[in-house]
Amino acid sequence: MGNAKSIKIMRSSLGRARGLGSAKSGVGHWWAQRLTAIALLPLSLYFVLSVLLLDGANQAAMQRYMAEPWNGVLFLALIFALFHHLRLGLQVVIEDYIHTEAKRLAALLAMRAAVVFFGILAALSVLKLTF
Amino acid sequence: MQDVREAFMQGRNSTGAMVQRPLSPHLQIYRPQISSTLSIFHRIAGIALSGGAVLLSLWLAAAAASPSAFAVAQSLADSILGMIVLFGFTLALFYHFCNGIRHLLWDAGYGYDLPTMHRTGYAVLICSVGLTVIFWFIGLVVG
Repeated sequence: MGNAKSIKIMRSSLGRARGLGSAKSGVGHWWAQRLTAIALLPLSLYFVLSVLLLDGANQAAMQRYMAEPWNGVLFLALIFALFHHLRLGLQVVIEDYIHTEAKRLAALLAMRAAVVFFGILAALSVLKLTF
Repeated sequence: MQDVREAFMQGRNSTGAMVQRPLSPHLQIYRPQISSTLSIFHRIAGIALSGGAVLLSLWLAAAAASPSAFAVAQSLADSILGMIVLFGFTLALFYHFCNGIRHLLWDAGYGYDLPTMHRTGYAVLICSVGLTVIFWFIGLVVG
C-alpha cells in the first residue's frame, strides 16, 4: 500500500452492476422517441404547410380549416406525437442535468403535468374547432 | 468515498500513484467541433420547440375561445417581435427536423464514419437555413 488513496469498496462486481444497467425501461423510452420522431417527419411538414395556409386567417377561416376531416385528424395526430416526443426529450434533459434526486423528481413531475395540460388544451381546442 | 460510481473513476498515473480520474466529457477543455456543436444545438432546439408547442396550444385555444381572442393572437404573431420569435421557431424546427433525420439514419446504422458525419452535418445546416428562407419567402412574398 503506502498510497494515500485506495479503493475501500468491498461489494462484488455483480453487486455494483445491479440496478445500474439497462434492465429498466430504457428500450421502451428509446423506441418511443424514434417512433414519434418518424411520425413527426410528415406531420411537421403538414403543420408547416398549414401555418402557411392559415397565415393571416381569422377565426372563421380557422374553423373552416379544422372542420375538414383530414385537417382535424392530422392536427390531433400531430398534437399527440409532438407532446409525446417532447415529453420523452425533456425527460432525458432533466435526467442529464439535475442530479439531486428530490429536485429531479420534482422537475420530472412538473414537466409531465405541464405537458399533459398543454397537450389536452391543444387537443380540446382542435376538437372544439372541428365540431 | 460517497458514491459507488466514484470507484469507476480511480486510476493510476505514470508513477503508479492512485489518482481520481476526471469526469468525461470535460467540456472546459474540449475545443468545440462541428459534431459536438450540432449535437448540443439539436438539444437546445428541442427545448425551444417545447416552448413553441406551448405557444401552439395557446394559439389553438385562442381560436377555440372566440373570434376576438384569435384576432389578438394573430396580431401578436404579426407584430415585429412576434415575427422575430416565429422566425427563431421556424429555424429551430427545420434544424431539429433535418438533424433528426441524421439521427434516425445513425440509429439505422448509416453515416458513422467521420467524413460522412461532417458532410451530413454541413448538409443539415444548409438545408435548415434553406428551408427557413423558403418558408419565409412563401409566407411574406407569395402568400
